[in-house]
Amino acid sequence: MTGTDGAADRAEKVEPILSIRDLVTRFETGDGTVSAVNNVSLDIRPGETLGVVGESGSGKSQLMLSVMGLLASNGRVSGSVRYRGQELVGLKPTALAAIRGSRIAMIFQDPMTSLNPYLTIERQMTEVLIQHKGMDRTAAARRSLDMLDMVRIPDARRRFKLYPHEFSGGMRQRVMIAIALLCQPDLLIADEPTTALDVTIQAQILDLMADLKREFNTAIALITHDLGVIAGIADQVAVMYAGRIVENGSIEDIFYRPGHPYTEGLLKSMPRLNGDTDADLPSIGGTPPNLNNLPKGCSFRPRCGYAEPVCEREAPALRLVNDSRSAGPHTRACHLQSHSPAAAVRLGSAS
Amino acid sequence: MTDSASLATPDNRIAGRSLRADAMRRLLRNRAAVTSAIVLVLVTMACVAGPMFLPWALDDVDYTSFTTAPDFAAGHYFGTEANGRDLLVRTLYGGRISLLVGLVASLVSLIIGVSYGATAGYFGGGVDNIMMRVVDILYSLPFMFFVILLMVFFGRSITLMFVGIGAVEWLDMARIVRGQTLSLKRKEFIEAAEACGVSSAAIIFRHIVPNTLSPVIVYATLTVPRVIILESFLSFIGLGVQEPMTSWGVLVSEGAANMQNAPWMLWFPASFLAITLFCLNFLGDGLRDAFDPKDR
Amino acid sequence: MNGVAPLLSVRDFSVDFRLPKKFLKPRLILKAVSGVSFDLMPGETLGVVGESGCGKSTLGRGILRLIPAAGGEVIWLGQPLTKISARDMRPLRAQMQIIFQDPLASLDPRMTIGDIIAEPLSVHRKDLPPRERRAKVEAIMDRVGLHPEMINRYPHEFSGGQAQRIGIARAMILEPRLIICDEPVSALDVSIQSQIINLLKRLQREFGLSLIFISHDLSVVRHISQRVMVLYLGKVVELADRDTIYGSARHPYTKALISASPLPDPRAERAKQRLVLTGDLPSPLNPPSGCHFRTRCPIAVEQCAVEAPTLASVSPDHLVSCHRKSEIQPDEKST
Repeated sequence: MTGTDGAADRAEKVEPILSIRDLVTRFETGDGTVSAVNNVSLDIRPGETLGVVGESGSGKSQLMLSVMGLLASNGRVSGSVRYRGQELVGLKPTALAAIRGSRIAMIFQDPMTSLNPYLTIERQMTEVLIQHKGMDRTAAARRSLDMLDMVRIPDARRRFKLYPHEFSGGMRQRVMIAIALLCQPDLLIADEPTTALDVTIQAQILDLMADLKREFNTAIALITHDLGVIAGIADQVAVMYAGRIVENGSIEDIFYRPGHPYTEGLLKSMPRLNGDTDADLPSIGGTPPNLNNLPKGCSFRPRCGYAEPVCEREAPALRLVNDSRSAGPHTRACHLQSHSPAAAVRLGSAS
Repeated sequence: MTDSASLATPDNRIAGRSLRADAMRRLLRNRAAVTSAIVLVLVTMACVAGPMFLPWALDDVDYTSFTTAPDFAAGHYFGTEANGRDLLVRTLYGGRISLLVGLVASLVSLIIGVSYGATAGYFGGGVDNIMMRVVDILYSLPFMFFVILLMVFFGRSITLMFVGIGAVEWLDMARIVRGQTLSLKRKEFIEAAEACGVSSAAIIFRHIVPNTLSPVIVYATLTVPRVIILESFLSFIGLGVQEPMTSWGVLVSEGAANMQNAPWMLWFPASFLAITLFCLNFLGDGLRDAFDPKDR
Repeated sequence: MNGVAPLLSVRDFSVDFRLPKKFLKPRLILKAVSGVSFDLMPGETLGVVGESGCGKSTLGRGILRLIPAAGGEVIWLGQPLTKISARDMRPLRAQMQIIFQDPLASLDPRMTIGDIIAEPLSVHRKDLPPRERRAKVEAIMDRVGLHPEMINRYPHEFSGGQAQRIGIARAMILEPRLIICDEPVSALDVSIQSQIINLLKRLQREFGLSLIFISHDLSVVRHISQRVMVLYLGKVVELADRDTIYGSARHPYTKALISASPLPDPRAERAKQRLVLTGDLPSPLNPPSGCHFRTRCPIAVEQCAVEAPTLASVSPDHLVSCHRKSEIQPDEKST
């Protein structure tokens, strides 16, 4: 537990490499306006792993696509995204593409969508280096091979000449990680990188990401719906619901001292490998709201067991949680005054 | 549903919005398609009811005017043709035939093609192989030759033309539906029906056919103009409908022959034909966009 | 449990896929499931776990004869299903149902949910008057937590969790004795997953259902199963009651699966000793000789390449397929 708290300590002192302020993303569709991201503010610091958790439709993927300028054509972004002080919102597509290739890299759930099926892995890897780093072909090939070794692709020299479909799902994701890390980016955005993989392969990829993070000190934004994946790798966690961040804090705060009823509910409803099995799993009733017709006030109110009249009147802002045990800033968007929900249940403590 | 209505009916259910209703809503927002549909309805109504309000019958000969230009005083709004028959009335009658051919032949191709394609696709394997080879063989027959032979052997008749055109047009439809069926067959709702013990025939007609309907309707809308052109072509080369009955194809053919001295004989039927085809194509495109908004 | 006859007995069951023949090459046969045997008692839940390609979904569909078996027997209440004709199979289908992973894909998008849920009735209870049919549909909708007012809605108007409830309602309307659940919660959000798991457990209690619960997620399986069967490349590697599997598994693959499942608890997750398997799943078209798992097994010996291990008991009701099963000590599970 010392490892997790150390990162939170550092969090306040270091300048963030990516700083998102009041980001709003809307989509105009035939059925009305979809509010995918609503006033999100986040910081990612060097070497830190930020886990962004949320269910489908929580806006977690759209948030990162907005940051990268990769939204669908009917999407509109407002607010501010600063990468090392440079504003990315409104930046010209070419300038954004240059940053995207070399300084911020992204990997997706399905590697096949971002690999060109008609080019060998060699071509795809060396081209990145030739384009962004101006390397010549032999140097680029050497560096690419090193990278494949680094992500532990066995027999990399032979596989170098293969096409993407000749790799297994896990291997493809390794290749994607290798490509993403080629230019030694400051920030790696990983959108559900292990969701399509089997658990044993997922364990390999997560180990790899943890090693690479230690080695290169790359900041990672890990977007996932799986709290188990977050638990193993993240330093900071942001919980999203209906396009908003409802809670943000260190991993210890989120897992052991959750302040928002939604976080609490999510944690309790996870099936676990230990604990009682005969009782019903606690669950959050209802379904996530429709993003083109969000409820008034707090979006979570219709499913919240603690809702009060004020929750319907106004949407809660993110406020600091008054908790002496928190190592770093721990914020939540909830009208509830007391810290009661989390205090009542001690989750997974002292196992 | 208004409040009073919901109170009045004891069976107050929340009505669902079906996919088809959704598609209709999108279609109604497509101005070109809606305009086309309105024009088509007007043309059809004119063809069906128009002749009743005109003083001339199909084969009435006005001995005072042969090959005259449009003459409002005489009541020949579109002029007359070489035999002194009123062109407006003939254009409307011709429209009846052309539209009927288009509709019936498309319907024939729809029914045969959909059941054939869905059956082949659903059973797959050997059944599919044999059924689709039959289609391939039919494809390789020179179609024009086939229709001309039919006409020559059995004499010219409208029914035969319907059969001839429909029998050939279903081939494309069968292929489209088969392709759709192959992808539908893997869907879990088909498996769920099998797990319930639903019979194959019921699966094909209850689950598969309705789900292929959107591409089928679109394709059928685009078949109608093709069939109308085909009929026009057959009539143009003298194998279509028989005198005194006429069709747009026949009229255009006659008009083309008299283009020099009586351009109106070409102009009026040709514009009716062109406008109808144009609208059908627009409507077909609109339907496709309405059913598959993602494919645009 | 000894006095009760099993609801379902599966004996040496195999399913093959014949791949399309390539020119001048022998036809390839993929052994998706081979030599699987188990009994399922009335009211029992058997969890079937394994990674993609291990044949778990194929097994479920093979038992229901949605795909043809290559060998072995499925015995339903003493009656061998593999031998009877498709026509004789049809009435039996009323008693065994299936629910699917992708809840929306399992509902016909052109039918109202009332018609979807009533479909089994239209096959097996043709005599039922429309009014009673509707009453039954509304009753079952209520049981699975759907508002009966939604009977005229269409599937695309529902969220994943609600769509899965519709799928469950359709499976339950004939009050079957067995439901095969093929990854029923994998496509759902965490907060919805637990609702569906609870619903299945409740229905099982109320109707005395037997479930075969197929999933890749060990923590989900743990919450619903009494016994768990672990598959690897179409073969059973371990079969035991739940607490044995999760507490003292013997097979190295089972242990690896459990240790690879991430825990939603940072301290425990970071402290645990992970047994990370190297390499990928071998191609099922060309499985390794001897024990299929030997290429990724941390304790493989020479014998494993030569001879395929058989499923044998290490204690009553605990079957393991491993040459070194007697040497492996079950982990002391720290709870």
